Order: sequence, then C-alpha cells, then structure tokens
Amino acid sequence: MNSRNWIYAWLMLLPAFVFLIAFTHLPAVTTLIDSFFTTAKGRRAAAFTGLGNYQKMLGDPIFVKAMVNSAIYAAITIPASIALSLAMALLVHRSFRGVSLMRMAFFTPTVLPLIAVANIWLFFYAPGFGLIDQIRLYFGLPSANYVGQPDTALYAVAAVTIWKEAGFFMIFFLAALQTIPQSLREAAAIEGCGRWTFFRRVTLPLIMPTTLFVSVNAVINAFRLVDHVFVMTKGGPDSATMLLLYYIFETGFRFWDTAYAAALTVVLIAILSVVGIGQFFLADRRVHYK
Amino acid sequence: MIGETTFDRVLIRGGGALLALIWIAPLAYAVWAAFHPPAFEARFELMAPLTLDNFASAWSQAPFARYFLNTILLVTMILSAQLVLCTLAAFAFARLEFPGKTFLFTLILMQLLVMPDILLVENYKTMRALGLVDTIIAIGLPYFASGFAIFLLRQTFMTIPKELDEAARVEGCSLLGLLWRVYVPLGKPAMLAFGLVSVSHHWNNFLWPLIITNSVETRPLTVGLSIFATTDSGTEWAVINAATLMTSAPLLLGFLLFQRQFVQSFMRAGIK
Repeated sequence: MNSRNWIYAWLMLLPAFVFLIAFTHLPAVTTLIDSFFTTAKGRRAAAFTGLGNYQKMLGDPIFVKAMVNSAIYAAITIPASIALSLAMALLVHRSFRGVSLMRMAFFTPTVLPLIAVANIWLFFYAPGFGLIDQIRLYFGLPSANYVGQPDTALYAVAAVTIWKEAGFFMIFFLAALQTIPQSLREAAAIEGCGRWTFFRRVTLPLIMPTTLFVSVNAVINAFRLVDHVFVMTKGGPDSATMLLLYYIFETGFRFWDTAYAAALTVVLIAILSVVGIGQFFLADRRVHYK
Repeated sequence: MIGETTFDRVLIRGGGALLALIWIAPLAYAVWAAFHPPAFEARFELMAPLTLDNFASAWSQAPFARYFLNTILLVTMILSAQLVLCTLAAFAFARLEFPGKTFLFTLILMQLLVMPDILLVENYKTMRALGLVDTIIAIGLPYFASGFAIFLLRQTFMTIPKELDEAARVEGCSLLGLLWRVYVPLGKPAMLAFGLVSVSHHWNNFLWPLIITNSVETRPLTVGLSIFATTDSGTEWAVINAATLMTSAPLLLGFLLFQRQFVQSFMRAGIK
C-alpha cells in the first residue's frame, strides 16, 4: 500500500460524512446551542436565556409526567421484552412439529408497521365490543376501557411495544443459542446436572453478549418507539401516556416552541449517551466473550 | 434434553402454543375483519360471508395508490444511497490506513445511539433552509449515511482475506476496481441482509415522514394510513383493517415467501 492511500480513504469517506455530519452531528450540536436560547416569535428574535429552558422543565408538570412515564415505560418494556424473547428462543430452539409456525408467529410483528398494528390493538382494547372486553364479559367481568383510563393507558401502550419487540429480540437469542456446543449439553447430562442449573450456569453466561446487545436495543427503543401513541392515545388521557419523544414532537411541531423542544431533545440525547457509555463499560467487565 | 418428562413437554409446548396464539392474534383479527362485512367485525361466526368490499372502499376513500408509489420511491432511494455511500466508507475503514481513523469511526458509532429519528426539530430547520420541506427526498436524506450499515459492512469486509487484495493488485486492479470486483461480490450476503432490514425499517417509519410531509404527493403509506384511520371517525373498523393489511401486505408477503432469508438477515445484521 502506498502513502497516498489516505487521500483515497478520505475521498471514499467524504460522501457518507457529508450526510452524517449534516443530519446527525451538526443538528445534535445546534440542538444544544438552541436549547440556551428562547424561541423566536414573530418579530422578536431568539434571545440568550442560559439555562432558562432547563429551569422551565423543572416547573413543567407535563415534562415531569413525561419523564416519569418514560421511566415506567422503560421499566416495563425492557425486562418484559427481554425475558419473553429469551423464553421464545428457548422454545423454538428445539425441533418439533409446528415449530416453524410458532417461530413465524413470534417474528411477524417485526415486519408490521407499528402505526398500522396500533389500529388493530385499539380494537382489542375498545370498551364494549373489543376483543379483550368480549373475553371479560364472557367470564362475567365488567367492561374496561384500557386506553381511555389514565391508570391503565400506559400499560396498554407498553403491551403493544413488548408484543412488537419480543419476536425481533428472539432472533438474536436464537442465533446465540445455536452457538452453544452440543458437547456441553452431553457433559452436563453425564454430570446429572438439572435443566435449570444448566440454563443458569451454562446457557445464561454464554449468551451474555447477546443479552447486552438486546438490552441496549431495548433501552433505545423504550425512548424511540412512540408511533403507536399517535394512533392509540395521543399522549392522553390526561398526559397518562405522554412519553419524552412524543412530548418533543408536541412541543416542537404542535406548539412550535422549538427552543424548548431543543432542550427536551438534549435531555433525550443525554439519556441515550449514558446508555452508550454504560454499554461500553459493561461490555468490558461483565460479559463473557468467546 | 436433560431430564425432560412428558409432563414438562406438554406444559412447555402448551405454553408456547398459547404465547404464539397471542402473538399472531392481532394479525389474525385484522385478516378476519378485513375479509368480512362490517357487521361481523366483532362477531366471530364461522359461516360469516367473505367479501373484498372493505379493500375496495379503503382504496377509493384515500389515495393509497399514490401512497404506495411514494413509499416505494422512498425505500428504493434510501437503500440505493445507503449501499453506495456506506460501502465506500466501510471499505476505507476496513482496509485503508489514514489519519483520524479511530476518531472518524467513533463519529460513525455515535449515530447508533443518537439517530436522526430524535433530532426532529433541527433536521426540520435544515430541510426548510434547503427548501425541501414536503418532498420525498427530504424524508430520505437524514438516513443516507447509515452508521449501522457502515459498521456492518466494515465487519464483513474485514473477514475477507487480504491475499485477495494483493492478488488483485498484482493483476493491476485499482482501488475502486478492487472494491467492485472483490469486496462487493463477497459482501453481497451482508448487503442483502442490510437491505431487508433497511427496507422494512423505512417502509414502517412514521414520525419523521409525518413531520416533513404535508401533501398527498409526498406522504408515505404509514402517514397516509394514520390520517385515513384517525381524521374521519365515521370510517368503519373493517375498512381500517383492510387498509392496515394493504399497507403491510408487501412486507408481510415478502416475509412469508423469504422467511428464512428474512430471519437470517435480521440475525446477521445484529450479531456482528
């Protein structure tokens, strides 16, 4: 290789970096800068306000609500989708009649648009004639309005997220399970090791890198997957399903308070960065690599 | 399996079957509602008459043909741009030495966390400055340089033996010739994998297209469907379900036909 190679390298990187900088890094930086200014309104130009937008957040009940909701949403969807996807992978890892059908059932939600399936779920939840209510009525239970009640709406939305994600994550666990050598299984059988012990002592440590990968994705999705909120609840009732990204959308594009939306985006970026840094350190210490 | 009794097996298979049933239920219901008259949308009778009217009325009530065209243009444009830009960048990262390599690669990896999806306000301002608001190209632009694609292709290119490089160089192959004749053909499975992931992601993407489009000529299917399903509350469930199935049908059919490739692609895209 000759010494002029770095010119070629930079030329090859140039087109990708133009787009990358223009639509990811630069906007991330301007978001931060804009968050220190007020929103320009009419003839009044944007003025420097320092941490004004951040102070406003602390006194903004909807922001506090959105943060609490996002935390609950993450706390439900992350462990539930990981546990379910691992269970699914263990289930379809072996071969029996109908296994491919089962695998297909689990994976299908991955290819369906979230915005489209939200309509179907809305029908499931519909009070009176919805599928869940029909089952409740069959068992003599009273009708329930899952998405219409502030105390259940967030869980109803979270259930859709889990349903959408689990099959996707299952794929990764499935791939990881296939790398566990058969000889380990045989050795465990000779030692008379129980199934649960084998899972806890052999399977779980070996699939740790996958679990980490899936966890990071689950965390990112917990802050990014809000499409179904648009169809199912629009953040309501009474901000019960207001999530951070949805609030950014409302602030920026419904109330056109772009400076405040920028400050909210900075909060979201900060959360995601913490996740990224956490992944970096965890990956080094606690994960078993081949 | 170790110590598995018949009871265990029945329990596990039974639980699994139930779980699978719950997972397929929304789709199964959508199929039911879409192919039966509205009177049967919440009444499940085996002998209910079948009909295609719901599809016909959905098709006539909103410009779905145009939405389909927009979405197809959108995903084709994004995927082509991604493959060209990211293959070039991935090759440079995998095989060339240059100053700033680690730093630039870190910039790429940062996009895996801070995606354009969340930088809505600033990207909207950029599009307005470029005069691109309400165009299909504006929906695609932020996704052209995919950090994920660069990372995936770089990992793939790094597994290609260096001896092939040298052989090609001896034959008088230029750098681009080498990329085109050796790396692209050998990287095809990874590109196919990324292609499936990219197409299904952008076919289903909603938030950014919702913000940047405001006319029939630019709206992709997801945005069109959300407007169709919410604006006019008089629309029947059966028709909404027909529209829902229609918009998901191409991906769903593709998935059913190429199930193995789909699953393997998603697997390959995630493992590296």
